[in-house]
Amino acid sequence: MTHFSAFSLLKNALTGHKNWTEQWPDSQPKAEYDVVIVGAGGHGLGAAYYLAKEHGITNVAVIDKGWLGGGNTGRNTTIIRSNYLYDESARLYDHSVDLWENLSQELNYNVMYSRRGVLMLAHNVHDVQSFKRHIHSNRLNGVDNRWLTPEECKAYCPPLSISKSARYPVMGGALQERAGTARHDAVAWGYARGAAARGVDIIQNCPVTAIRRNADGSVAGVETARGFIRAKKVGVSAAGHTSVVMQTAEVRLPLESYPLQALVSEPVKPVFPCVVMSNAVHAYISQSDKGELVIGSGTDQYTSYSQRGGLPLIEHTVAAIAEVFPIFNRMRMLRKWGGIVDVTPDRSAIISKTPVEGLYVNCGWGTGGFKATPGAAHTFAWTIAKDEPHPINAPFTMERFRTGRLIDEAAAAAVAH
Amino acid sequence: MSGNRVAGKGRVDVGKSVRFTFDGKPFVGLKGDTVSSALLANGVHLMGRSFKYHRPRGPVAAGSEEPNALIGTRRGPGRFEPNTRATVQEIWQGLETTSQNKYPSLKWDIGAVNDAAYMLFSAGFYYKTFMWPKSFWHRVYEPFIRAAAGLGVSPTEEDPDTYASRFLHCDVLVVGAGPAGLAAARAAAVDGLKVVLVDENAEVGGSLLSEPQALVDGQRAWDWLAAEVEALKAAGVRIMTRTTAIGYYHQNMIGMVERLTDHLSDLPADTPRERMWRVRAKRVVLAQGALEKPLVFHGNDCPGVMLAGSAQTYLNRYGVLVGQRPVILTSHDSAWFAAFDLADAGAQVQAIVDTRESVRDDLLAEAGKRGIRLKIGHTATATKGRLRVTSLRVNPVTDGKVGAGYVIGCDAVLMSGGWTPSLHLFSHTRGSLAWDEDLTTFLPKDTPENCVIAGASRGLWGVEAVLNDGADKGRAVAADLGGTGGETACSVASDRTGTGVSHTELPTDLNPGKAKAFVDYQNDVTAKDLRLAVREGMRSIEHVKRYTTNGMATDQGKMSNINGLNIAADALGKKQPQVGLTTFRPPYTPTSFGAFAGYHRGAHFEVTRKTRIDGWAEENGAVFEPVGQWRRAWHFPKPGEDMDTAVRRECVATRQSVGIFDASTLGKIEVVGPDAVEFMNRMYTNPWTKLAPGRCRYGLLCGDDGFIRDDGVIGRLTTDRFHVTTTTGGAARVLNMMEDYLQTEWPDLNVWLTSTTEQWATIALNGPKAAALLAPLVEGVDLTDEAFPHMSCVECTVAGMPARLFRVSFTGEIGFEVNVPAPRGRTLWEVLWEAGRQYDICAYGTETMHVLRAEKGYIIVGQDTDGTVTPKDAGLDWAVGKSKPDFVGKRGMARPDLTSEGRKQLVGLLTEDHSRLEEGAQIVFDPTQALPMTMVGHVTSSYHSDAVGRPIALALVEGGHGRMGETVHIPMPDRTIAAKITPMVFVDPDNARLKI
Repeated sequence: MTHFSAFSLLKNALTGHKNWTEQWPDSQPKAEYDVVIVGAGGHGLGAAYYLAKEHGITNVAVIDKGWLGGGNTGRNTTIIRSNYLYDESARLYDHSVDLWENLSQELNYNVMYSRRGVLMLAHNVHDVQSFKRHIHSNRLNGVDNRWLTPEECKAYCPPLSISKSARYPVMGGALQERAGTARHDAVAWGYARGAAARGVDIIQNCPVTAIRRNADGSVAGVETARGFIRAKKVGVSAAGHTSVVMQTAEVRLPLESYPLQALVSEPVKPVFPCVVMSNAVHAYISQSDKGELVIGSGTDQYTSYSQRGGLPLIEHTVAAIAEVFPIFNRMRMLRKWGGIVDVTPDRSAIISKTPVEGLYVNCGWGTGGFKATPGAAHTFAWTIAKDEPHPINAPFTMERFRTGRLIDEAAAAAVAH
Repeated sequence: MSGNRVAGKGRVDVGKSVRFTFDGKPFVGLKGDTVSSALLANGVHLMGRSFKYHRPRGPVAAGSEEPNALIGTRRGPGRFEPNTRATVQEIWQGLETTSQNKYPSLKWDIGAVNDAAYMLFSAGFYYKTFMWPKSFWHRVYEPFIRAAAGLGVSPTEEDPDTYASRFLHCDVLVVGAGPAGLAAARAAAVDGLKVVLVDENAEVGGSLLSEPQALVDGQRAWDWLAAEVEALKAAGVRIMTRTTAIGYYHQNMIGMVERLTDHLSDLPADTPRERMWRVRAKRVVLAQGALEKPLVFHGNDCPGVMLAGSAQTYLNRYGVLVGQRPVILTSHDSAWFAAFDLADAGAQVQAIVDTRESVRDDLLAEAGKRGIRLKIGHTATATKGRLRVTSLRVNPVTDGKVGAGYVIGCDAVLMSGGWTPSLHLFSHTRGSLAWDEDLTTFLPKDTPENCVIAGASRGLWGVEAVLNDGADKGRAVAADLGGTGGETACSVASDRTGTGVSHTELPTDLNPGKAKAFVDYQNDVTAKDLRLAVREGMRSIEHVKRYTTNGMATDQGKMSNINGLNIAADALGKKQPQVGLTTFRPPYTPTSFGAFAGYHRGAHFEVTRKTRIDGWAEENGAVFEPVGQWRRAWHFPKPGEDMDTAVRRECVATRQSVGIFDASTLGKIEVVGPDAVEFMNRMYTNPWTKLAPGRCRYGLLCGDDGFIRDDGVIGRLTTDRFHVTTTTGGAARVLNMMEDYLQTEWPDLNVWLTSTTEQWATIALNGPKAAALLAPLVEGVDLTDEAFPHMSCVECTVAGMPARLFRVSFTGEIGFEVNVPAPRGRTLWEVLWEAGRQYDICAYGTETMHVLRAEKGYIIVGQDTDGTVTPKDAGLDWAVGKSKPDFVGKRGMARPDLTSEGRKQLVGLLTEDHSRLEEGAQIVFDPTQALPMTMVGHVTSSYHSDAVGRPIALALVEGGHGRMGETVHIPMPDRTIAAKITPMVFVDPDNARLKI
């Protein structure tokens, strides 16, 4: 692996960039692996990387039906934060942020983790109560999060309108300064390069058609478009299609898959310094390093595997952006797209062993899986390597839906009265 | 008229000059010009700077596919847009335009130093550096990278314009009004079929506007076009210009944006700037034509280097010669016609350079007639010129070997690398594409949507072929919809058909590692960037695209995608279809946010639901709060009162005498039918069978997970009719949930559900004097404990109005809720207000309601519960019908974790120092522990209470029900507050005050 640095860039620039080598090889499957990971997104590639690096398990393959990083890793709006309410979530996401902060150095690949701050806006009394609860909880958990008045929100994010006559005026906001964004493709590529350098095979365009089990019920390997691949352990990390893959091992998961859309504007000079999320009017926005406003929409009302969403939802999202940031009304949308997100009943993830020996699953990230990439990958690798969960992901079991020990972040934001 | 304008050419109005400015300098164009054609007429090619290297750029195209000539456009205060394509923006008197991404000026731009250091800024360079030292990333490198972002600048003011949206339903929608689209619309417009024809341009005609020489059925093209437009109108076809079909959605829904004012000098009153059309078409004909490909060679981005077909458009449509001494550089026959047109218009064509080894005889003959120098079998290896091309270096190619180069002086290079069908909308349908080796392009194959492709977008070439294909497709679509007839075939003379070959980079004798041969102009992606990406292991076109940003500029890859694919395929040593294709995403061209938002701005962002009593509240000084879509009176401050004072006064007045409250926003659902009671038994946790008509009960609704979802008082009016109330925010959710269960789980139940939230106005009277106030106004029932005890309901008459009267209390005082038909709500309110004067009646808002109910220990779902609270946790175990065979949530709440010890339970809290707790504050048992602390609950509600004489709070605390009297701690940033756990009911635990 060529070490990346300003020096190597300069050296190669002088030789016309002819001597760069491939960042990862496009591997052909071997007959057998110690671990097969299904799904070459950030989570799957990251798990392979940590298996190799931290657990010494290098006979690993990551298999994807398409190109690596082509699913939700490359389709999301790259928001990273950890100001979650419940201890379990706060620990997992804060673990991720800890890893994010060093990931470029760890991978020798600049993933551009941008600590630009995430500001969540409150538009009604219920939001205020809910955010303050988060802030108090975060404070006692040692997680960065603080309350801003509307004027402070405006100072932090100048394009914001805090007009009192707005349909849903801004009543304040919760700011996590440590939060931000990262370059999504670089995360997948950086992990891929790091994993490949440690001996991991990355096998692309090779759909897994079934998980095969031994007579004793334990996992035997995966059937793929390029034949059967034997594996001692299989980890599934396939986002919207996880439930489809797991069903072939007769493991039913409490997942529903929905299209989720996002869009970018035409690029403009720097105008938007941070990330702003507004749950009440449903607007999520930041500005990419290319200058595009990156805007997240909501999930469609109905389950679907179609990677394109409807027009009405996008209209609502753009209206919400124009409501909160009226100066953007004459900006233009450049591109919009959809992805498939897998949602659990409590909208928290599952990183868990399964009833099938040797089969592990990391799924259910809904609309927020990107931010968890390093933490999820790290603890998933641990779970696979040691056949038991890391303390951080121990609460994120499949069992919790049976026992009722849910981690329901969304419920805490419920609106009534 | 300037020297570049050709008399007798073009469709611009030579009689009407239009003044506008570019970078502050005044220019004159003609009515019908775009900014680009007008500037070219004035000899200006330099219109912008590229993204990364800040290289000088001029327009490379004449239409919406333009990647280079992006400008800021301004019309006075508030009306500024960045990144407008100069090739699309029509000029109008007074238009102000500015160039972008330059400092201090377009001609001398400091950012161009990047160009000199281009070797460092190779594809993906930023992934490889800026990592050391680590602390520099956040403080130095990232701010530097971010500062370089973007092209134009964002608007800074609120947009004064309005936007509209409309639905449109039609039989046939034809997208693109070139020859194929025109013919398709004409053929489909039979038997009363409703046909809509849209085009993004200011006028219909498409390529015909650039080909006036064609003779259609003996008529000159533009005469034929004019007649055809009249015929289409006569046939009832709706023609929409300046309208872009931006996206193709499920089930033949097309989004279209119509631009109504951006081309006008004077803004008409009450006209929206743009209108979003949501079209449902039974059939769609996509006739979007084809886009010309640039050739990829060193210096192909110098201002003055332009697509040959676009030069033809500038000449024939706008009467503008883009150069007096052009060189034509081509691998396709079509550019030869551009050479002929320009030569005939007076240009000194310096040479036609064709990369092919041989060219058709008739073209050679035509060139010979005009005395044009020919360089067949040649390649181009460089251009010269900083702000405008001055020469082209060409070399002969023999048997694949590039010979010695020589220079041809010129003031424009008109290139053609062949044509690519425009398949963007087809791609939106998730339609599949097939690679055509002969045409070296992708052609449309299958699509799940009901659409057909006509004309050049399926690879046809020449006006006749395209016209007849359009007519065929129109006829077929009409026949499919039961229509008959349609147009017959037409013949075209002076048609210009042709073929060509496709290239990757043009062959060169110079060091290819140093070539700046651009593929994506705007994003400064060169051929060697693409090859570098492949060298670094990017094997799919999707990776190559993301690594280099090829195809991600504002032209959406219209100029760059196919060239990028060809080069990537070549670098990989693969044939084209194996590399795959990136997906085109909506919108087809960049579309203003305003068009998407439509009417949903400002006050209309979302409907504001108001009760019938809202006007009274407003007149009486209420402060409002948003609750879901509703606005509710929050409190009624008197002059000089702050919120706290007002709320305390309202609380005291209600407990002392009587308060009046607008409860109309409460959700109301009528549950009716022979199985209504069974339905209620299954939905709600409570048992309903024994509830007698005329009585009501507090109902608790759980999800199937066993957690509280909603609550409300439910009255049984007759054996088969329930009046269900829900929380304000939960009304729609509860009805959805009920319908979901009724339709999918229990279709056997004979029950009807009707939302009646907005049919009733609901007024609550609470306080010791409530009965005394109300009794004289009620007919049909005596308001005594005997005749109408607490938790009764009745249909009666109140103040002469038909009413549903409930005796319920959400305050702990004697309480009534009067429901009358909504239109009469305000009248009743005023009657009660007048009648209450003798009791010093007090209007109160939601905040007082919250205080009063908290004093009495009544919960608010969503505030004191959060989706993780069971009935037992909330102290509402009594509301669960344990002997019922089943109800929603019964199984869920039996799960181990929901019945285990140590769950968080709802309790009261009283602070030891009488301070008021903050809602949301976290609770610990041990305040001395280090972070992260073990939190055991949180404060859900907290108010000052005059009735109790100190602040009160409700809280969820681990094992709270078993900890009465214990002290817990609430660590705040500045101090830790101690509080004692108490029962939830702070006022009148014996319910004595509920008796009349």
